[in-house]
Amino acid sequence: MTNPSTNPRDLRPNEMTIVEAARALRARALTVRELWDACATVAHAKNPELHAFLEIFDADEVAIAAAQKRIEANDASLLCGIPLAIKDNILIEGKIASAASKMLENYRATYDATVVKKLKDAGALFLGRTNMDEFAMGSSTEHSAFGATKNPHDPSRVPGGSSGGSAAAVAAHMVIAALGSDTGGSIRQPAALTGLVGLKPTYGAVSRSGLIALGSSLDQIGPLAKTIEDARILHTAIAGSDSLDATTIPESLYPARATSGKMRIGVPRHLLGEGVDAEVREAFNTTLKKLEEAGHTLVDIELPTSAHALAAYYVIMPAEVSTNLARLDGMRYGHATRGETLLDDYVLSRTEGFGEETLRRVLLGTFVLSSGYIDAYYRKASAARGVLRREYDKAFESCDVIAFPTTPSPAFVFGEKSDPLSMYLGDIFTVTANLTGMPAVSVPMGFVEREGPSTSLGVKKQLPIGIHFTAPHQAEEVLFSIGSAVEKI
Amino acid sequence: MATIEEVKKLASLARIKLNDAELETFTSEFDAILAYIGQLEKLDIPSDLKGEKPALRNVMRVDGTPHESGAYTEKLAEQFPAREGDALSVKQILSHD
Repeated sequence: MTNPSTNPRDLRPNEMTIVEAARALRARALTVRELWDACATVAHAKNPELHAFLEIFDADEVAIAAAQKRIEANDASLLCGIPLAIKDNILIEGKIASAASKMLENYRATYDATVVKKLKDAGALFLGRTNMDEFAMGSSTEHSAFGATKNPHDPSRVPGGSSGGSAAAVAAHMVIAALGSDTGGSIRQPAALTGLVGLKPTYGAVSRSGLIALGSSLDQIGPLAKTIEDARILHTAIAGSDSLDATTIPESLYPARATSGKMRIGVPRHLLGEGVDAEVREAFNTTLKKLEEAGHTLVDIELPTSAHALAAYYVIMPAEVSTNLARLDGMRYGHATRGETLLDDYVLSRTEGFGEETLRRVLLGTFVLSSGYIDAYYRKASAARGVLRREYDKAFESCDVIAFPTTPSPAFVFGEKSDPLSMYLGDIFTVTANLTGMPAVSVPMGFVEREGPSTSLGVKKQLPIGIHFTAPHQAEEVLFSIGSAVEKI
Repeated sequence: MATIEEVKKLASLARIKLNDAELETFTSEFDAILAYIGQLEKLDIPSDLKGEKPALRNVMRVDGTPHESGAYTEKLAEQFPAREGDALSVKQILSHD
């Protein structure tokens, strides 16, 4: 659905998918250097307007030459020589990793994240580090300490977040594909709002060693890509258990699921009432109808506790944020200001280093964990996770995947959700997969038309929206299968 | 209802200093957010789930030497705001007076 052309020869190299670029490199129709230059040129040209990258790296001649050599030796890695973008909270040794925060503005990574190491081993190249909401807290990139990223489909609108820079970079063909991180929808929501595929893998499927932690019981690293096949290639390359992350899980920990053929699609109709744009609901129903026509079955399911999922998420996530970010105190690395006493050093460094949304969530997390409130909030929310997981497990007895729209509405205009609660409510469909640890994907399901903001009244823009599927633990292949089915309709 | 004093206390626990305007904004926003997450009160947790071991829990790795001693010392020390040799330099916390 996102492929601009069916004939790869019509494409400029930077517009190719991973599969198309890998094929062109192997056919000697393209060199690694030409592919890098095509991406880098467009990235430099478009970045001043879109601000997708916080930094575009200089060409690594050694890595480019090595990748070219591997391709000429018929290396099997499809990622060999492919330029990728990396979210700024994932460590690349020797490069700045700021998590788009003033706190880590000058922090230089001392080691490679496991995912980066795996991509380097696969021969992939890194074009740059992408913008995001500070410490991945947000759904729009408006909370970046270095200015927001713009949506390539309409620069007056947000690209989603928190992996908005990665999404904009891929959607604007500045790079072939990208990595993001997803704590409550931070890969899937920007993918939906920019017309991409975004995957949040099963909790434990991908190592977080070298990911700057947000909510450690929720975070996963995953791909933002132009197609399901590209997402699958990237996911396969980065997945696997890792001795540096004790939460990673072995293969086949959960029962295997049938991954091909006709799917039973569970639809929780009771969640799709109020709050969902009429056009989004219409596109969702049309997509489901077409899937039904293609031979898949629709099953009505009930997920009654889902109504409380967002509330549980906005207790658990800030609680983990406040503990994870306690390490940033101006002592060993990061922003450091000195006052009279040691306590002043901590307070000044943290107060200056953290942005507004970070402060808000640290305070909220401190509150829900404080004595007297921990039972009412944190323990209750943790128990709600168990209920949600049980409900989903039960639903998966009668269906293979569960579908809803990724977001209730298309990309919003900058500043539209200045009240924090209204921004949080946009995560309503994506947070549950993080709470249950189940894998989930957003796949493009067409466009809705929206008028521009007041400065360009009357100008209508086509804004992408996404369909969201959740599968049982470790059933990523089921998601790729249903995702491909959506791409074909 | 959150009060300015309560938010001030939270900020102090979190090692953050807020000015008066920030205190006021955060306090009023807190009311809306707490009202929303407060809906969890209405959620009934089935009794058989109450004592269940959580699916996500901490595990520890075996104690050992994951890498050669000193391999990262210089890289880490480079990030220190203040250093003396390979040592991290901080304010004195104990007084001899």
